[in-house]
Amino acid sequence: MSAQCLIAIATPPLATIQDAGRRGWMRWGVSGSGAMDIEALAAGNALVGNAWHEAAIEFAWIGGEWEIAARCCRLAITGGNFRLSVDGIVRPPYVSLDLRRGQRVRIEGAPNAVWGYVAVQGGFNVPELLGSRATLLRAKLGGVDGRTIEAGDALPLREGVIPHSPTRALPIPLKRSWQEIRVLLGPQDDHFPRTTLSNFAAEDWQVTNRIDRMGYHLSGPKLVHGEKGANIISDGIAVGSIQVPASGQPIALMRDCQPTGGYPKLATILSCDLGRLAQIRPGSTLRFTPVSRVMAAHLHREFTNRLADLDRQARAPRGVFVRRRGSIGELIGAMAG
Amino acid sequence: MFITDAYTNFVSQSPEYPRFLVAGESALLVELGNSIDTATNDQVLQLDSALQQIPKMGILETIPAYRSLLIIFDPILQTHDAVMEVVEEALAQCVSDAALPQAAREWTIPVVYGGAHGFDLAHVAGHCGRSEADVVALHAGATYRVFMIGFNPGFPYLGGLTPELYIPRRPVPTPHVEPGCVIIGGGQAAITSVATPTGWYVLGRTPVRAFDLGRQNAPFLFRAGDVIRFHPISQADHDRLLATEHGGAICREGATA
Repeated sequence: MSAQCLIAIATPPLATIQDAGRRGWMRWGVSGSGAMDIEALAAGNALVGNAWHEAAIEFAWIGGEWEIAARCCRLAITGGNFRLSVDGIVRPPYVSLDLRRGQRVRIEGAPNAVWGYVAVQGGFNVPELLGSRATLLRAKLGGVDGRTIEAGDALPLREGVIPHSPTRALPIPLKRSWQEIRVLLGPQDDHFPRTTLSNFAAEDWQVTNRIDRMGYHLSGPKLVHGEKGANIISDGIAVGSIQVPASGQPIALMRDCQPTGGYPKLATILSCDLGRLAQIRPGSTLRFTPVSRVMAAHLHREFTNRLADLDRQARAPRGVFVRRRGSIGELIGAMAG
Repeated sequence: MFITDAYTNFVSQSPEYPRFLVAGESALLVELGNSIDTATNDQVLQLDSALQQIPKMGILETIPAYRSLLIIFDPILQTHDAVMEVVEEALAQCVSDAALPQAAREWTIPVVYGGAHGFDLAHVAGHCGRSEADVVALHAGATYRVFMIGFNPGFPYLGGLTPELYIPRRPVPTPHVEPGCVIIGGGQAAITSVATPTGWYVLGRTPVRAFDLGRQNAPFLFRAGDVIRFHPISQADHDRLLATEHGGAICREGATA
């Protein structure tokens, strides 16, 4: 009996197993981890009929090549408008693909994304460690032996049955409003004078090429600290915090960020916008918009509902997206499946 | 324009503690002081423990630090204001209860100082104007307290370094040091728990692993409030102890800090 696997033929940079992340271990110094773009992970899982938080392959920039070593496998690529092909035939992302043994999926880049996801029906049969399958490279924890996926790896699949359900599709996020990232000010906004706070909200911030799962270094006008200075006594860090070291150039702290640290954090990115920030490519700009706590809670609820609704949306008959926001890309995405 | 009324009400500019700070839609930071000291840290640990005894829907995890507690909650079930009330309630319970939530444990940690494992010992000795033997005696002669776990899995932030060994952090971090490195930087001391870059100086190496998933009942060796002493050993002892489960760590339960 041979195990059902997905084999890595050519591996993309930074390919790891990620799910919705670990909860409850930051007090022990273990980052929460999980998908950089939670909504894209949830979309991939909805397309293959999984719970939204199931583990998938996350990759950066290009998706590499994968071979099905199972009788069959339902698979979906999400994260952006990734160019991909199955045995040389072009297929769209954001559509469920039913593949058979020996078929190869090749995934190129996407013009509008950094992080992509390969979700498979049933998920990957890798062990859960500290309550999650997410990989934390720094701690050699989770995923495939705590490391990146390498060419030749055979990732065990949990299910290999022929899906009898119809093809699923979701709109490709072509036109995201990159420019606006909503934040709540704090916790250490009192370390900055009022002029710094206004600059923070008024200026354009460019994503530099120093980006990874820990943090995104941004560049823009120097954010000047007040008399309290650029150091604090180390305290706990919420994911999405924007820390400002003495350089005055902010760093958005992402999923693998250290759970504690000693730089003042001017604001915290809302969870609904963190995935959008993660997908902004180096050189592109964004703006931060502070919102009220009431608004933040409302947006959080809306985001949670949106994730939960992806499964229903993915089942909807094709063509339905045309009417919704009506972009050409969505139409193509819906028809190409 | 961007600071809403709700926000202004929430953050008090008063220097008094507790101080509540918004850390995104799903986190509240509670500051109990603005210094690194045992009394404040004890309060943090007491508050953390009291919160765990108040069953409250929607509080997902807490991160105790030197002088603050970060509380992560589900904003669908909780609000910052509601969590703040829970904290006030928990703090009220703490006042009468002075004991640490868990009795401190006293650890003796074997260290091979200097040589290949403690490659910064000579530099630290030079900086502090002491012999290498003096540095070892000063480092191993002090009693340390684990103030918090953070940065990396199981990584203990230690207080108690003698001021004679204070040394500014490296201008350029060392890109890679192994787990078990006994390090100092600024006025702090620590033991690396995973392979990591560090801006601190490496005095030696211990066969003890602060983080080991293979130790199924105790992947994280230390907890906040623990007391640590270092004990110099030879290279041969280090290599022998490396094969043992706890690397030669000696733990005395119920010690007084």
